Amino acid sequence: MTDIGPGLADPAHDSQRLFRAVLDAFSHPGRIVALPRAPAGVGPLSPAATAFVLTLVDRDTPLWLDPAFDVAAVRDFVHFHTGAPIAARQADALFAVVEPWREPLLDGFAIGSDAYPDRSATLVIEVPSLVDGTPRTARGPGIATHETIAVAGLPASFAGAWAANRALFPCGVDLVFTAGTALLALPRGIVMEG
Amino acid sequence: MPDSQHDGSAYNYAYLDEQTKRMIRRAILKAVAVPGYQVPFGGREMPLPYGWGTGGIQVTAAIIGRDDTLKVIDQGADDTTNAVSIRRFFARVAEVATTTRTAEATVIQTRHRVPETPLKDGQILVFQVPIPEPLRMLEPRETETRTLHALSEYGVMQVSLYESIARHGRIAKTYNYPVLVNGRYMMSPSPIPKFDNPKLDRNPALQLYGAGREKRIYAVPPYTPVKSLDFDDHPFEIERWSECCALCGSRESFLDEMIVDDAGKRLFVCSDTDYCRERRGEPVQ
Repeated sequence: MTDIGPGLADPAHDSQRLFRAVLDAFSHPGRIVALPRAPAGVGPLSPAATAFVLTLVDRDTPLWLDPAFDVAAVRDFVHFHTGAPIAARQADALFAVVEPWREPLLDGFAIGSDAYPDRSATLVIEVPSLVDGTPRTARGPGIATHETIAVAGLPASFAGAWAANRALFPCGVDLVFTAGTALLALPRGIVMEG
Repeated sequence: MPDSQHDGSAYNYAYLDEQTKRMIRRAILKAVAVPGYQVPFGGREMPLPYGWGTGGIQVTAAIIGRDDTLKVIDQGADDTTNAVSIRRFFARVAEVATTTRTAEATVIQTRHRVPETPLKDGQILVFQVPIPEPLRMLEPRETETRTLHALSEYGVMQVSLYESIARHGRIAKTYNYPVLVNGRYMMSPSPIPKFDNPKLDRNPALQLYGAGREKRIYAVPPYTPVKSLDFDDHPFEIERWSECCALCGSRESFLDEMIVDDAGKRLFVCSDTDYCRERRGEPVQ
């Protein structure tokens, strides 16, 4: 048993504030949203990923951890603060925290069905930076004309993987890129160019 | 010390418990990710009857915080029973500032209107929805309508609109006029007048729709194309009035017809009370 760090100091208000930041990110794909008063990161997780987990994950939502994050500190923290079951199989997870260099990055997670596209996973991808990567142009719902996304640390195969995910619409996974205390969302309906 | 248990009340902040809020928040994110798709959620009993905005109130409760300024309208008016009681409810359980000014609000809960004042990036418009399924009156079976949405098979609605033209010479539907969101999902815009439909198209504000009895949440993200269904030879049109507002003189806003005396004298006035008051330069009450 490791020492378990604190969760949200004031759960009702902190989670509301953090959720609004996440909602802002989802409704403006590509927008980098700084998390107000994000909690400290737990183990290898960034503060933003930790905040996302504390805000949205609970006993109803199996969480899958990439082997890099599947350590006692994270498991104990998630178990104690959220009660979420740790999914043994990717396909069982509603949320996942993954590393960007995983290949194939997006495969194996629940994509929902044509009748129930909401039964799909949301992937939190921990990246080194949200601004230092190769710029790509994004278009779609939530974006007035176009948005430039320059998430760093993604493999060369990402563009193809995302196009394949976009082609599944309305099915598909939704992505949240996290770095430090900021995050950026990429819902399944967004088209990326370049 | 956490002040979630504010003023010793037995209720959690914003009425709903945290587990319920998280469930609704997850549904909202899915709704934003798949614009126009109705996400099922575990609707709770609220302290007001179905049909009075239980869906909208649950959506608002899941998103609202102490930094927000809330406006609530019912048919455009801030001073009607439904609007007053919901506004007071949130002022009490969420300690939130309230306003009647569209421009000052961060969250606007609405029953059956979209404000005349254009909305801005960052604002959230929460609709109260009685019947979320646009195809329900044409196909009563949920299993069927779900399949029709999955296949994007909306011919039945086009036939219904065609029958209206055949019978009346025009599309006679004046409210709850069906729309297609981002070219994919057919959506009920809730019973707003079709006058408001063009405001849904590429609106900079986030639109969230909550149906309490039917337990569905759906959304239109900012700047998302929303097209009212029509035919090439019968294009979508909104209502026009030959009168102007008797109070502010507006010819652009949606007008309500009022009977003002026993002799049947009639006036037309703006449905949006804040817009009308602002045009007349009156102070906020």
